[in-house]
Amino acid sequence: MALDDSTMDQLLDTVRKFVRNRLVPLEEQVSMEDHMPAEVVQEMRELGLFGLTVPPEFGGLGLSTEEECRVVLELGYTSPVFRSVFGTNNGIGSQGLVIDGTDEQKAKYLPKMATGEIIGSFALTEPDAGSDAGSVTTTAVLDGDSYLLNGTKRYITNAPEAQLFTVFARTDPTTKGSKGVSAFLVDADLPGITLGKSNRKMGQQGGHVCDVIFDDCRVPRDAIIGGQANLNRGFLTAMKTLDRGRLHIAALAVGCSERLIEEALTYAMERKQFNQPIAEFQLVQAMLADSRTESYAGRTMVMDAAKRRDAGEPVTTLASCCKLFATEMVGRVADRAVQIHGGAGYMEEYPVARFYRDVRLFRIYEGTSQIQQTLIAKNMVRDAR
Amino acid sequence: MKVMVPVKRVVDYNVKVRVKPDGSGVDLNNVKMSVNPFCEIGIEEAVRLKEAGSATEVIAVAVGSTACQEQLRTCLALGADRAVLIETTDEVQPLGVARALAALQAKEEAGLVIFGKQSIDGDNCQTGQMFAALANMPQGTFASEVTIEGDKVKVIREVDGGLQTVQLSMPAVVSTDLRLNEPRYASLPNIMKAKKKPLDVHSPQDLGVDVAPTMEVLNVAPPAERAAGIIVDSVEALVDKLKNEAKVIS
Ligand SMILES: Cc1cc2nc3c(=O)[nH]c(=O)nc-3n(C[C@H](O)[C@H](O)[C@H](O)COP(=O)(O)OP(=O)(O)OC[C@H]3O[C@@H](n4cnc5c(N)ncnc54)[C@H](O)[C@@H]3O)c2cc1C
Repeated sequence: MALDDSTMDQLLDTVRKFVRNRLVPLEEQVSMEDHMPAEVVQEMRELGLFGLTVPPEFGGLGLSTEEECRVVLELGYTSPVFRSVFGTNNGIGSQGLVIDGTDEQKAKYLPKMATGEIIGSFALTEPDAGSDAGSVTTTAVLDGDSYLLNGTKRYITNAPEAQLFTVFARTDPTTKGSKGVSAFLVDADLPGITLGKSNRKMGQQGGHVCDVIFDDCRVPRDAIIGGQANLNRGFLTAMKTLDRGRLHIAALAVGCSERLIEEALTYAMERKQFNQPIAEFQLVQAMLADSRTESYAGRTMVMDAAKRRDAGEPVTTLASCCKLFATEMVGRVADRAVQIHGGAGYMEEYPVARFYRDVRLFRIYEGTSQIQQTLIAKNMVRDAR
Repeated sequence: MKVMVPVKRVVDYNVKVRVKPDGSGVDLNNVKMSVNPFCEIGIEEAVRLKEAGSATEVIAVAVGSTACQEQLRTCLALGADRAVLIETTDEVQPLGVARALAALQAKEEAGLVIFGKQSIDGDNCQTGQMFAALANMPQGTFASEVTIEGDKVKVIREVDGGLQTVQLSMPAVVSTDLRLNEPRYASLPNIMKAKKKPLDVHSPQDLGVDVAPTMEVLNVAPPAERAAGIIVDSVEALVDKLKNEAKVIS
């Protein structure tokens, strides 16, 4: 680990305090108003949350995978919508740039991403390209010294707030798969970009998702991450960020499960039926115990895989295992938390109903559970050959 | 102008403390420790004075075990420029701490020394006052506002039922009340940089002082457990109990 124990403890302690004293009391308001207060975003900037994974030479903290996961476990204690404000800057939005960007690109974007002056957004999914992301049909056609982008991106998180899009577009029209796709850094204020209406979502109110439409949007020739050397290699860049991103989501799911368990336990100890706290009933205890056990398994998996990644081991399969298990696990934990609350669990007065909806997303984005299963098994077969 | 802020390592305010079975004190095993909240307000005030240009240097000082370095690092992350630990394995008590700090002040010659009004463990509310006497400095305790005016400091004090404004010639002592300010969160980059700021360790002997305890704690007892309530059958029974058992009405 890069940081000594006492510095890491202090870092976690500060994040924990911010999460519990500042964010938790705002959860309901943010959800009801579907609005993230600007001053909270500013406080996140000042705290340094946008730059967790950006290298120190660009003004970030440069946390290791394990350190990042430990911070994210703390963040999971509150509504995941707060994390989504700076999630892209730390994950798919910046890591591709860190790994494959040119020196000029890094110098231009990373310092501002680390401070949160730039909010990044990742535009891969399209109406007809979801799990099969390699089939994107947004095109980038060279026209003089620039590319013209045309196409529609769907369900793009933070698009209304973003200053920078990472856009995946086909640069080789003769291909259909991922091989002819490049990743572009596109400033959000360029002409030719329009945003669709914000989607009405099941959960995570306060965060916004919409279509991003490119209509003859002109971007410089050197906007490809890594420059012309990386022409048609956008997916190779994306692939390099996936393991860490999946561990990040898995850690977030585990963090949420810990909050849900705390809510369920508190309620079960207070709520009395048949003259005793419902926590005394063995059937309720079974739900608590299963949740605790699975959550602990998730935490242990994430920390193990993160440490292995930091040690240089290939963790592609493990990262998928973590993402699959932790996100499915938090679904079960949320379901039990609602059940333990009884009718109250169906009401908005208690946070578990909101969390139940919020965590549903984790099984869908950054690779659905089915895609993770497919990947894990494919790797197993490949490795056994 | 230098500002010195003594800080105490105490049990975190979120911890439910447990008294040791033998009554000799509070169980500190595996208990989360933090900067005393009033001292944190002191650090925040000092850092604000520096940001406003009234102070040039902020020094955080602790008296106690090696472990106090943790809390000093927190202060450095919050904006103190350097830290001093006066290290002792003795149990620290107000008079010993005040003596050690007075000896340090003789070397540092800070223009302002900002104490927390009390620590949330001992609740003594003595150290700042003892220090002021030993160092022969004027004091403005329970401050809710501190303003530097040339070589004077104006302190608004929270007193019973109102506010009192006093003016002190510096060097002076101030102790913080809850409403003086709301401490910031240390930024994560500053937490990482704090490691590089200087933290000097002295022994009481280096400073020529004795910090040995002068007071002995005889017993620590938890608050009495609240007895279980009862449900009475009627208003008459309730009135009867209040009158004759609890004797709270007549
Ligand atoms: C709130 C939200 C935010 C999002 N943010 C972003 C963002 O910021 N940027 C971005 O680019 N995208 C984003 N997405 C898109 C997200 O990544 C996709 O929704 C996801 O990859 C799934 O694609 P799809 O919706 O097209 O589903 P589909 O791919 O159509 O999948 C439908 C079902 O079929 C299953 N399936 C598909 N292929 C297979 C297969 N080979 N084997 C077995 N089962 C299969 C899936 O598992 C799923 O159950 C977001 C989505 C949501 C809901």
